[in-house]
Amino acid sequence: MIIHVSDLHKSFGDNEVLKGIDCDVEAKEVVCVIGPSGSGKSTFLRCLNMLEDITSGDVVIDGQSLTARETDINAVRTEIGMVFQQFNLFPHMSVIDNISLAPRKVRGLSDAAVRDRALKLLDKVGLREKADSYPNQLSGGQQQRVAIARALAMEPKMLLFDEPTSALDPELVGEVLAVMKQLALEGMTMVVVTHEMGFASEVGDRVLFMDDGIIVEEGTPDRIFKNPQSARTEEFLNKVL
Amino acid sequence: MSRLTQFNWLGVVDYLPALALGLYYTLLVSVIGLIIGFVLGAVFGLGRLSHKKIIYGLSTAYVELLRGTPVLVQAIWVYFALPLIVGFNIPSLVAGILVIGLNSGAYIAEIVRGAVQSVEKGQSEAGRSLGLSQHLTMRYVIWPQAFKRMIPPLGNQFIISIKDTSLLSVILVPELIFQGRLVASNHFNAVEIYTTVAVFYLVVTLTLSKVLSVVEKRLTH
Repeated sequence: MIIHVSDLHKSFGDNEVLKGIDCDVEAKEVVCVIGPSGSGKSTFLRCLNMLEDITSGDVVIDGQSLTARETDINAVRTEIGMVFQQFNLFPHMSVIDNISLAPRKVRGLSDAAVRDRALKLLDKVGLREKADSYPNQLSGGQQQRVAIARALAMEPKMLLFDEPTSALDPELVGEVLAVMKQLALEGMTMVVVTHEMGFASEVGDRVLFMDDGIIVEEGTPDRIFKNPQSARTEEFLNKVL
Repeated sequence: MSRLTQFNWLGVVDYLPALALGLYYTLLVSVIGLIIGFVLGAVFGLGRLSHKKIIYGLSTAYVELLRGTPVLVQAIWVYFALPLIVGFNIPSLVAGILVIGLNSGAYIAEIVRGAVQSVEKGQSEAGRSLGLSQHLTMRYVIWPQAFKRMIPPLGNQFIISIKDTSLLSVILVPELIFQGRLVASNHFNAVEIYTTVAVFYLVVTLTLSKVLSVVEKRLTH
């Protein structure tokens, strides 16, 4: 397995947000995390690359324990791309510089190699002609596609998506989901926190339903959506479907 | 009107070389002082954001000490008191530059801290999630955005510090007001000279405002 989470707890002060999460993700698997807001699903995702400190338990990424003293978190993060709800593109840099920054500064690749890679990624997300634009000149959907290209630029082994379409106008959601679906088909390992049940059921290999800091149930999309075992899952699905 | 015309405004021309010399020292102290101030401000401003208690404590102490005492007192202390402690005299020009640097540095530290903190948390998260170290994230992601936001308050501080240099006449820095006072007390033309001195300061500060607004526009896409 490429991600191994064992008895993960996370507290903010006295508020325990994650109350013991156990979860494994296999390479090339697409895992969708659903659940009501405040259920801890974003916090769970952010613990996978240590954007949140882990209170107790452990996360092991490709054999490296994030809580081990000798682990170089910056090196581990190069293996884990992340896409945020608010895109978080760097507004002072052109699209191509957004994508090139980390390969250049962390990997130390040459300008030509980086530019070549960045343009290929822009092709992939269908935005090559926007290479020299600035983020504020792009629509939300375009910004998110650039953010995906940026996350891919480090050639990560897995991608984390934190509600990638929640900040988008409804008509722009499709273009982002299409790129994500393409990545899934190419065999990218993905953990996706999402409210897009259609995407979860179509693209997800597995769905985790979280509520109140625990994984209430998990299974294939078919099983979770058509035959939920827990009353909480059923109640949630009735509200959103 | 008659009150104003009775003054010999044209006569000011004779004293322009003296005032120009004063302006030179005003600008010299301002420019070098503010360069020092910016470096100190960047260092201690980032120090105020440090999680290390000692660095945070030292930075805070510096800011509070220099912000909490008048520039005039600082100037007098550095020029008259500090030599008694260190055992050698400090030339007035050096003391003046030191005071402007130390004083503006304290205010600039707060400007730097505020600007860095104003950059959205998502920016540093995006940088860190790509594997950039804290240092690289600060340098390439946070600082350029913070710097742009610093410009208006920095402009304010630059103007305040330029005007503060007039207090350095007390420790005999031969700057603008020092020269003006010399001329006015010898030639009994206080109205003409001090008015001209005021205009000199105004020209400097207005020019600076203009330059900063151009820089600000350049940095905005």
